[in-house]
Amino acid sequence: MAVLVLADHDLGRLSPATPRVVHAVAELGPIDVLVLGEGIDEVAAEAAAIAGVRRVRVAQDAGLLGQSAEALAPILADLAEGYTHIVGSAGAVGRDVFPHLAARLDLMPVTDVVAILGPNRFQRPIYAGNAIETVVSNQDKHVLTIRASAFRAAARGNEAAIEPVPHGDVAAVAKFVAAHRTEGDVPDLATAQIVVGGGVSVGSAEGFKLVEQLAAWLGAAVGATRAAVDAGYAPNDWQVGQTGKIIAPDLYIAIGISGALQHLAGIQGAKKIVAINTDAEAPLVKLADVALIGDLFTVVPALIGELDRLGVRR
Amino acid sequence: MKKILVTVKRVVDHNVRIRVRPDGSGVETSGVRMSMNPFCKHAVEAAVALVEAGKAEEVVVVSIGPKASNDVILTALAMGGTRGILIETEAALETLAIAKLLAAVVAEEQPDLVLLGKQAVDDDSNHVGQMLAALTGFAQATFASQIGVEEGALEVTREVDYGRVTVSVPLPAIVTADLRLNTPRNAALPMVMKARSKPLAVRPAADFGISLAPRLTIETVSPPSEREGGRIVASVPELAAAIAQDIAGMEAL
Ligand SMILES: Cc1cc2nc3c(=O)[nH]c(=O)nc-3n(C[C@H](O)[C@H](O)[C@H](O)COP(=O)(O)OP(=O)(O)OC[C@H]3O[C@@H](n4cnc5c(N)ncnc54)[C@H](O)[C@@H]3O)c2cc1C
Ligand SMILES: Nc1ncnc2c1ncn2[C@@H]1O[C@H](COP(=O)(O)O)[C@@H](O)[C@H]1O
Repeated sequence: MAVLVLADHDLGRLSPATPRVVHAVAELGPIDVLVLGEGIDEVAAEAAAIAGVRRVRVAQDAGLLGQSAEALAPILADLAEGYTHIVGSAGAVGRDVFPHLAARLDLMPVTDVVAILGPNRFQRPIYAGNAIETVVSNQDKHVLTIRASAFRAAARGNEAAIEPVPHGDVAAVAKFVAAHRTEGDVPDLATAQIVVGGGVSVGSAEGFKLVEQLAAWLGAAVGATRAAVDAGYAPNDWQVGQTGKIIAPDLYIAIGISGALQHLAGIQGAKKIVAINTDAEAPLVKLADVALIGDLFTVVPALIGELDRLGVRR
Repeated sequence: MKKILVTVKRVVDHNVRIRVRPDGSGVETSGVRMSMNPFCKHAVEAAVALVEAGKAEEVVVVSIGPKASNDVILTALAMGGTRGILIETEAALETLAIAKLLAAVVAEEQPDLVLLGKQAVDDDSNHVGQMLAALTGFAQATFASQIGVEEGALEVTREVDYGRVTVSVPLPAIVTADLRLNTPRNAALPMVMKARSKPLAVRPAADFGISLAPRLTIETVSPPSEREGGRIVASVPELAAAIAQDIAGMEAL
């Protein structure tokens, strides 16, 4: 048994999801990490430093830059023979590539895995996390995506060998036109230790700045509801929930968020939840560990002032 | 572009608070309100809007499921679909089997574009579009929040982890719809009446000669662990103190 993990990376850096994926599959067998892209020497080096990695395999090609399914899947498929498990994170690239790969290999994938109970026994949430399915895969090979937020990161300090993998012509079918990146150096939402989230009740993009200010004060990532994103107050990659990112921070501070089922789907893994809301009956207030009933426009600035007084700043 | 194929799945309505059966055999679906998967609504809206804009001629609506899935096909026809195909089966098929059946329909219908939802909100799989692309060799563009038609190609804006990316994909293509793609229409009553007279072919899934046997065994379905509600604090200083205490107790990463 051996495991092939596809590294997640962006702008030449390894994503924080990958050490978590490696940790998640540590019991399944020796782990090789595959890095596909161009200008990814640093990604490969970072991958080689993850504890538990046997070797890092690298293919560089301009056709891999967009990380499209058509470009990545053939390389993964060619390597599949040597592995019992082919694994990625359940981020946007993994969700795009792994079902495509699975169909190509005539395998039924198991995606959004939140617990690995054995070599072919996995748990995954369904119905926006309102039920957990335990599945047994009766196949001889398994294509998996892992929810990084459900696992801790593997330690660092390894020096695995880095080897090139031969590959044929890379055919990226989709031509890149433009990237629309959310600028700013807020921490990665899916793996952040603290997340501050805002809802549509902030009223404007200007109002959402209050949420961002508290996040910046706490060194936290910023989350948003679909309603806030749809209204144009926050970028789409901040959306948390069934359709957005899944988070599992130590602390989630939800500001003016009602707690719709689809939003709750994204925050079930949070250790502590704090809610600020004018409505004591809001579902999120009901399940928060600590809630304050009040108007966010006065509470949030006062909260920053009070944290300042207490000397709490990260 | 001539023909668009759009897929619609009948699922438990997204507003229903689901109940896990006490024996662990699954989620209770009998006596529960069912409706079209929300993401499929966006796919249908996109397809119909392309026809209205003169960019395509025909929208063929496909659903795979029990007889009752007729109702979601009718909804799509009322929204403006041209004709429907129900691939009938009582079995709860895995996404790979669904994709194989859809690939057979694609081979018959030869559409220029297949529009699907990005995920079905029952199993939250997010598989079928990508699988269908692998099986048909059509270009793949998932999680679309914008679609523009060009000569022989589509310009698709996709929602990704860092924001959005715009790509150009050649036709024939497979596109999966995200929620920000459009605002689906509610069909007016005359359209609902008219939908009943549109062609709707019903074909048993078994007739396709495709192995639909499951690859996975669902051992059990269980409810998630319940969160206990906490306390309500009365003032900002109390709230700040609670947050300060939490942060002090956090493990350094
Ligand atoms: C298929 C599907 C998928 C979806 N996926 C997602 C998803 O991934 N993520 C997601 O978030 N949503 C998702 N949604 C949408 C979801 O159902 C809700 O509509 C959304 O989460 C509501 O966002 P909200 O809490 O900002 O707004 P609302 O529900 O309108 O709540 C606003 C809250 O703010 C409070 N409030 C108002 N004024 C103030 C004030 N001055 N100070 C403090 N509090 C105030 C109100 O009491 C209320 O609780 C999805 C929906 C569908 C159908
Ligand atoms: N039984 C089905 N019938 C028709 N379309 C389906 C079916 N299952 C999935 N799809 C389509 O594939 C999309 C993604 O579904 P899934 O991969 O199951 O999350 C859905 O939004 C539908 O458009």
